Amino acid sequence: MYRYDEYDQAIVDARVAEFRDQVERRLKNEISEEAFKPLRLMNGLYLQLHAYMLRVAIPYGTVDSRQMRMLAHIARRYDRGYGHFTTRQNIQYNWMKLEEMPDLLADLASVEMHAFQTSGNCIRNISSDQFAAAAADEIADPRPYAELLRQWSTLHPEFSFLPRKFKIAVTGSTIDRAAIKLHDIGLELVQNDAGEIGLKVLVGGGMGRTPMLGHVIRKYLPVADYLSYMEAILRVYNRHGRRDNIYKARIKILVNDLGAAEFARQVEEEWALVKPLGLDPPPSELARIAAHFAPPVLDANAPVEIDQSNPDFANWVTVNTHPHKAPGYAIVTISLKAPGEIPGDASADQMDIIADLAQRYAGDEIRVTHAQNLVLPHVRRADLFDLWQVLVSAGLATANLDRASDIISCPGLDYCTLANARSIPIAQKLAVKLAPQEADLGELKIKVSGCINGCGHHHAGHIGILGVDRKGEENYQLLLGGSGAEDATLAKILGPGFDENGIVAAVEKVIDRYKTLRADPAERFLDTYRRVGAEPFKEAVYG
Amino acid sequence: MAEVYRLRSDPEHTAPALPLAEYQSGGTAVRLEAGDDARLLVPHLGTLRRIDIAFPKFREGRGYSSARILREAGFTGEIRAVGVLYVDQLMFLTRAGFDAVLPETPIDPAVAERTLARFPNVYMKAADSLQPIWALREQSNA
Repeated sequence: MYRYDEYDQAIVDARVAEFRDQVERRLKNEISEEAFKPLRLMNGLYLQLHAYMLRVAIPYGTVDSRQMRMLAHIARRYDRGYGHFTTRQNIQYNWMKLEEMPDLLADLASVEMHAFQTSGNCIRNISSDQFAAAAADEIADPRPYAELLRQWSTLHPEFSFLPRKFKIAVTGSTIDRAAIKLHDIGLELVQNDAGEIGLKVLVGGGMGRTPMLGHVIRKYLPVADYLSYMEAILRVYNRHGRRDNIYKARIKILVNDLGAAEFARQVEEEWALVKPLGLDPPPSELARIAAHFAPPVLDANAPVEIDQSNPDFANWVTVNTHPHKAPGYAIVTISLKAPGEIPGDASADQMDIIADLAQRYAGDEIRVTHAQNLVLPHVRRADLFDLWQVLVSAGLATANLDRASDIISCPGLDYCTLANARSIPIAQKLAVKLAPQEADLGELKIKVSGCINGCGHHHAGHIGILGVDRKGEENYQLLLGGSGAEDATLAKILGPGFDENGIVAAVEKVIDRYKTLRADPAERFLDTYRRVGAEPFKEAVYG
Repeated sequence: MAEVYRLRSDPEHTAPALPLAEYQSGGTAVRLEAGDDARLLVPHLGTLRRIDIAFPKFREGRGYSSARILREAGFTGEIRAVGVLYVDQLMFLTRAGFDAVLPETPIDPAVAERTLARFPNVYMKAADSLQPIWALREQSNA
């Protein structure tokens, strides 16, 4: 994976010094809170309901064991012993003290990590496919392209005060694990007729209060033109995106208002002007970055067949591992969704154990997924049993990947100032109720957001739940039929909302009806819904 | 308004800046509001000596694009950022092409100096003369 050179390290170190300076000026009252707020936000520091919350960037969701141990150290030293992995592949800490932040950032910098641009109206952490470099279905590892973007977007002088936040996802596969149609910019590596890699560019997707799917504005962008083209998109957005209403300020609104074809035309026009400025690095820079992502040396003779006589182990292998591009290996997903626990939370001890496992069994790499789980990308199948036993003893062997209890949830009203309703308790109740029958239900993605901003991705849930405030009471809307994958669709509201117990009962009714409607046991809930439509489910829920 | 913080050594051009709508060919100073199209000034860059760009609130970011567009079109006169601006934005402003700032609250020159010297290198090309890190890497490998 990518290692900093002296240039990268100097920038991160300077950022620590800068923030130390800013915090000192704030604590001495030389800067007002009003002036300080945007500065701390650019370092990922939010003031939440009970304390400061810090969001640490995990570029394209990749960390090594040394970095994971540092995340554990931060959880112990500065928080209450745990951290929360987010739907944008980052980690958040909920109990921060402002005066300790400079030391914390210095600790992060010592392992090539930072909190650059994890908040604010700027280009946020670049997200990517958690199976990068391991999945058999990819054209190329998307992470070098994401790292190039990370560097280009870090402290960008023109694009640090955009109309609104800006999220970019990159994938190297047609199987979309990065939800590229639901990002401000989605990039997919594609090949032209000559077999050269380029980028398919989608713009204008997003969730939040106005969910939209992105539009392809370029089918093939040569890599040599990558950054200047991004510059053109961002400039058109920065100049023309709406600034009069923060709810209409995302690029999706601009693209929708102009129409994708007109937006693309404006980008091409701007691009013609900026391309000659020499904004694109030479191919050697991408090659330099890509060399860092060379996969670990894999044993071509690693055995494929393994003893699966232990039924719990066999079940975990079936549910939580994916085929690796090398036959004797597997991609392991460690579920952070034990039913009844907080989705995406990991204790410092668990992080240390995962770091040890990554070092011992997985080429020293760990990935964070947008579904708030962790991945060990390169594990010999022959090591799976040993690894599983360690996971069992650490409470990390829940076999529920992409099943009913593998629920995405935002922090909700338990932590977040924006939330209208709690989401964690809904996720916990549903997970406990549904876990006993989830093997029968197969793939079922449930996603819970505590407000209309949609951090819990409810629009992309096969079953989505949105918490709203109704006359001072928490109220939960039920949405069906969403998907964030390559078959992306936006979920639709089924009908009137429910209270906390009512929403749990309603989801159970939907699932009971699905079981009577599915064409065969292999038909997923999403496919049944798409085949039969909303009516039968409406009838089941509302009678 | 506080004093102008200038990063130019030439004498200040003090002519009042006319709003874009009132600007006429031959005028030497003009003021762009945040939403004005900087490209409309391109035919006049030879005679203009100062262009003020308004930042009515901290969140406003269109001026950064305006300044870059003017520099990309070859403007070498003063580009002055006017409005709700803080010392911590200086690096963004100077890299986007501004060489003067008229903030609402004064800029402490000592803090400004520290801020401008903070980052040893930059990742991307912009309106200043700094070479991006990828170019420095390329040179050190050549």
